[in-house]
Formats: sequence, C-alpha cells, structure tokens
Amino acid sequence: MNRILAASLFGLSLATSGLAHAEPVKIGVITTLSGGGAGLGIDMRDAFTLAIKQSGNKDVELVIEDDAQKPELAVQIAEKMIQGDKVDLMTGIIWSNLAMAVVPNAVAQDVIYLSPNAGPSALAGANCNANYFNVAYQNDNFHEAMGQYANQDYKNSFILAPNYPAGKDALTGFKRFYKGSLAGEVYTQVGQTDYAAEIAQIRASGADSVYFFLPGGMGIAFMKQYAQSGVGIPVMGPSFSFDQDVLPAVGDAALGVKNSASWSPDLENEASKAFVESFKAEYNRLPSIYAAQSWDTANLILSALSKASAKDKDAFKAALKAADFKSVRGTFSFNTNQHPIQNIYVREVVKDGDVLTNKIVATAFENHKDAYAEQCGL
Amino acid sequence: MFTALLIEQLLNGLQLGVMLFLMAAGLTLIFGVMGLINLAHGSLYMIGAFACATVAAATGSFWLGLIASLAAAAGVGALIEVAVIRRLYDRDHLDQVLATFALILILSEGARWVFGSFPLYLDIPPQLQGAVPLPGGGQYQLYRLAIIAVGIAVAAGLYLLISKTRLGMRIRAGESDREMIAALGVDISTLYTVVFALGAALAGFAGALVGALQSVQVGMGEPVLILAFVVIVIGGIGSIKGALVGAMIVGVVDTMGRFLLPSLLALTMPAAQATTIGAALASMLIYVVMALILAFRPSGLFAAQS
Repeated sequence: MNRILAASLFGLSLATSGLAHAEPVKIGVITTLSGGGAGLGIDMRDAFTLAIKQSGNKDVELVIEDDAQKPELAVQIAEKMIQGDKVDLMTGIIWSNLAMAVVPNAVAQDVIYLSPNAGPSALAGANCNANYFNVAYQNDNFHEAMGQYANQDYKNSFILAPNYPAGKDALTGFKRFYKGSLAGEVYTQVGQTDYAAEIAQIRASGADSVYFFLPGGMGIAFMKQYAQSGVGIPVMGPSFSFDQDVLPAVGDAALGVKNSASWSPDLENEASKAFVESFKAEYNRLPSIYAAQSWDTANLILSALSKASAKDKDAFKAALKAADFKSVRGTFSFNTNQHPIQNIYVREVVKDGDVLTNKIVATAFENHKDAYAEQCGL
Repeated sequence: MFTALLIEQLLNGLQLGVMLFLMAAGLTLIFGVMGLINLAHGSLYMIGAFACATVAAATGSFWLGLIASLAAAAGVGALIEVAVIRRLYDRDHLDQVLATFALILILSEGARWVFGSFPLYLDIPPQLQGAVPLPGGGQYQLYRLAIIAVGIAVAAGLYLLISKTRLGMRIRAGESDREMIAALGVDISTLYTVVFALGAALAGFAGALVGALQSVQVGMGEPVLILAFVVIVIGGIGSIKGALVGAMIVGVVDTMGRFLLPSLLALTMPAAQATTIGAALASMLIYVVMALILAFRPSGLFAAQS
C-alpha cells in the first residue's frame, strides 16, 4: 500500500513538475549589433535578455544574431534560424526595411514573429497576418500624435524626412492629423549628414515650427546644425531623435524639444518604475524606447508561455493576443490587426542632474488605433 | 531675400566642397604616389572624430581635441601602413580593395569596442559659436566660414609642400617613377609611410571638424568616402589640383541641386510630386555630373601624367 502511495506521489510530482516546466521554447532574435545603428539593437537585446533572466524561466532558449542593418543578411539569418535552429518564435528587428524583408517570409512558414520596433504600414493593413504581432507601434502613430499636438500652437509648419518608405509614412502620419498649412515639405537623402541647405530653406520659409523625422545619426546631425544655425523656430519630432541613445550626442541643443512616444522613463506605473530601476542597475544607463518595447515583448511572450505551449500554435497565439502582461506603457491591448492600442504621449527633453532625459507633458491620444486596421481581414 | 538664400547656399556648397577636399586630397595623394586604393580612408576620418570628441570631453578644449585628431589619425595611419598596407603595393587593385575593406571592418569594430555603440558628443568651440551677417540680409554660421578658411589654408599649404619642399619633390618624383627614385637612393619605404600618415592626418582633421557638426559614431566615414571617390574621379586620380576643383564642383552641385531642383520642378508639376522627384534627382545629380565629365575627359579634369 505504502509502495503504491509512494509511486503515485512520485507520479503526481512528475506530472506537476511537467506542468511547471513546460517544454523548452526557442526564440530567434535578429537585431542590429554592429554598424551605425547598433545602439538601438543593443538596447533591444539588453532589455530582452534582462526580462528573460529576471523571470527565472529556464526553458527559454535565445538565439541572438547580428543583422548589421542589412536586409539581405537579415533574410539569411532568418532562414538559418527557421530551417536550422527550428525556432518557435522570432523577434528583434529594429528597421522597417529589414522587417519587410524578413517578416512576410517567416510568418508564411508558420513562425510567430513579434515586432519590438518597426511597424511598416504594408504589414498592418490588407497584408496583416495571424502569425505577426506588433508590440511596438504602427509606423505612422508617433507622427500622428505630433501632428495632433501641433494644432494647439502652430499654423505653418515646415516638415522634413528622409526619402524612403518610413520617411513618407512619417510625413503622411503627421499630415493626417495636422490641420495648419505647410511652409515647406522636404525629402532628404537617406544617410545625409549635412543639413545646411535644408536649414537655409527653413530660415527663408517663414515657418512657425519645424517637424522632422530623421532617425539615428541623421537626427543628431540635424539637431546640432539647427541649434548652431541660430534659426530659433521651435522644433518637434518623434521620440527617435530624442531618446536615451542619442540625447548624449545631441547635447543641450535638444533641451525643451517636444517629441512623441508611447513611453517615457517618468511614466507613472509600477511596471515602468521596476523596469527603469532594474535596467539602470544592470547596465548603468537609462533605457530607451527601444528597450521599453523590447521589455514588453519579452514579458508578453513569458505571459503567453505560462498559459500555453509555444508548440500549440493556436492556443499560444490566442494567449499572445490576450496581452495579459504588465506593460511598462500602462494600458496595452491588441487591435484586430494585432497592432497595439495604446496611449501616445508628448514628452519634453529635460535635464535631470547632468543627464538629458524626457518627461511627459501631455497625452496626444488615449487608446490610439492605427489607420490601417480596418483593411485587415483578421 | 532670395539673394541672401542663394549666397548662403553657395557658401554651404563651398563648405561641403572644402570638407570633401580634405578627404580627397589624402586619397588622391596615396593613390598618386603609391598606386594604392585605400578604402579604409573613411575609417581614418572616423578615428579623427573619435579622438577629437574623447579629448575634448576629457579636457574641455576643442583645440586640444583637434591636435589629438591629427596625431591619432596620423599615428594609426603610419601603423597600418607599416603593418598591412606596405605588403599591398605590388599586388593588384583587387587585393588592395579586399585588404583595405577588411581594415574598415577591423577599425569600425575596434572603435565600437573602445568607445561603445552610442554616438559621442562633440560641440563647436565657443570662440566660433554664432553667425555673421551676409550681404542681402542673410546670416551665416561662423564655424562653417572657419571651415572654409581652414580648407583654403590647407590647400595652399599642400601646394607649397608639394611644389616648394624637398619632401614634395620626392612625392612628385615618386608619382612619376617609383623605381628610379628608389635607385637614386631615396628611402622609398619611409617616404610611403610619411605620405600615408599625411593623408591619414588630413582625413582625421576633416573628421574632427565635421564631428562637431554631425554625430560622432561608428561608420560615419563610409558615406564621405564614396563622395571623396567621386571627387578624385572627377578631378583626375593623383592630382591635388584636381581634388580641389572636383571637391568644389561636387560640393556646390550637390547643395544647389538639393535646394533648387524641387523648386524648379514645382513650376511644372504639383508640389508634392515635385518635392519627391526633386529629392530623387538631387541625390543623383553629382553622379550625372561625374558621368558627363568622364564622357568628355575620360581620365578626369586634371589627370596626372603617368
């Protein structure tokens, strides 16, 4: 009798331990760890690995590879991860052009992809996919927020962006909500580093404000040159040129600039505070928006793993879609096209001691949805 | 108002041209004297900017940073000449391209290893902050004017160095006949190291000057390198005078194209279309100019006789 009891207890403990330790899940992370855009990818990777480490979940195995911001390389890595490593999930890509190269192919092979950044409009509308979850934003969103906010103060804005798809999405998004007139609309070269010609045009245009979307080094160059030129017309932009990764390089030229984002280090909620604390403790720097979105992506995956096995695709997707996790952005849910419904804030660059950072000054949109969800058949 | 804008844009074009000249002069000198295609020239530009930003941050002085940029770029230049480049002179251009491309990767990742992945901060010195009035009611940034002045001074200095000094004589001799000057007892390998370090120092100097205007980050040299190659192809490979004229042409055409093309097109088509097409055409313009010049002068404007 005792023996039977012991055996059944043993069996029971096996069964429960089997429940607690679900089968291992393999996550492929393709992100930019070398080249000029590496700062963004490193923040993404650091936040993601920290979230997994903090959860104590030993069943998550990460395969991390560097795409060097090259679409053709990202495609090769994705193939290798899907065919060779047999990953269950993929995430990590920072740039829209890389996402466009990798995501449609990956989701067609029944791999679930979660975007921690980049939300090209082409994947949000008619070509949305049940295997594609965007945890960051649809590309137009931050620009829409700034267009909306600009209506308060400005009537005649000068807008500029690089001449590539995300640049066009950006200005389209801004114009969707901005009601004033345009003093000028300029598309610059991708990777351009000297903006003297454009700044001269801004000076001559009679604009009352400037809106620019210039990610990475382009934005740093523009902001420095703009401040040095003494034009003095107020500037605004999306968070990409005013986030923790670029602010030290821009310096005091960025002080006071209004910019839009779905998150800010000073956002009042428990998850956000805990995230900023632990990121600072681990890496000794403030997290950027890329880190925040990536942290959310990791926690979304962990929340879904606690409900369903990643091998059971349908149940796992349903668990992802429920978005049952503590987002650093406070309220967060998925729209029908599996893109976020979230608040978009207007932030201002301030100095906290010696460190340049952002603080929220307004809420441009509450529970904002993207403009393409209706075209999605999901 | 339009005159003021035009003058301002012309100065912008000159300033871009001067920067390109500093890059192209070293590139064309190295090609002319040693017959070497140095793709890693952009990395030396990056090293100059990083050295300037680091020293300026540590000491608070942009001027010390500028000296550091010259020293660092020349030092690294001499080092890679002795360690790597020296072995490439007798190889064909494909081997040189391959090896110097490898140097780009090594120097870029080395810079990331030392300085981290995030861009560094470098501001223009306080003495050169502010703007000066232009005829016609415009304003122009003092720092950019200073860059133009420095570039002209460097061009004059290089002219004197090459036409009036013993080192210049050897450089010219090396350009026309390598074997002969070696046979005459000139220490050719030291000469090569000196020329390479000089070219590297010019690139590093350009990087430091531009670093104060743009972002100091890994990979900042490669876009400039492409333009510098356009410059030396237009000017005639190996010719310093050609590099100067080519740099001015590229600088002014690029700036004016970006400024004038969209507004010119707007006269004939809707504004939205004009900005998009204008931007696309403007980015092609210097290559169109290069193709046109090569069609009439296949070896560039001032081809060095070889």
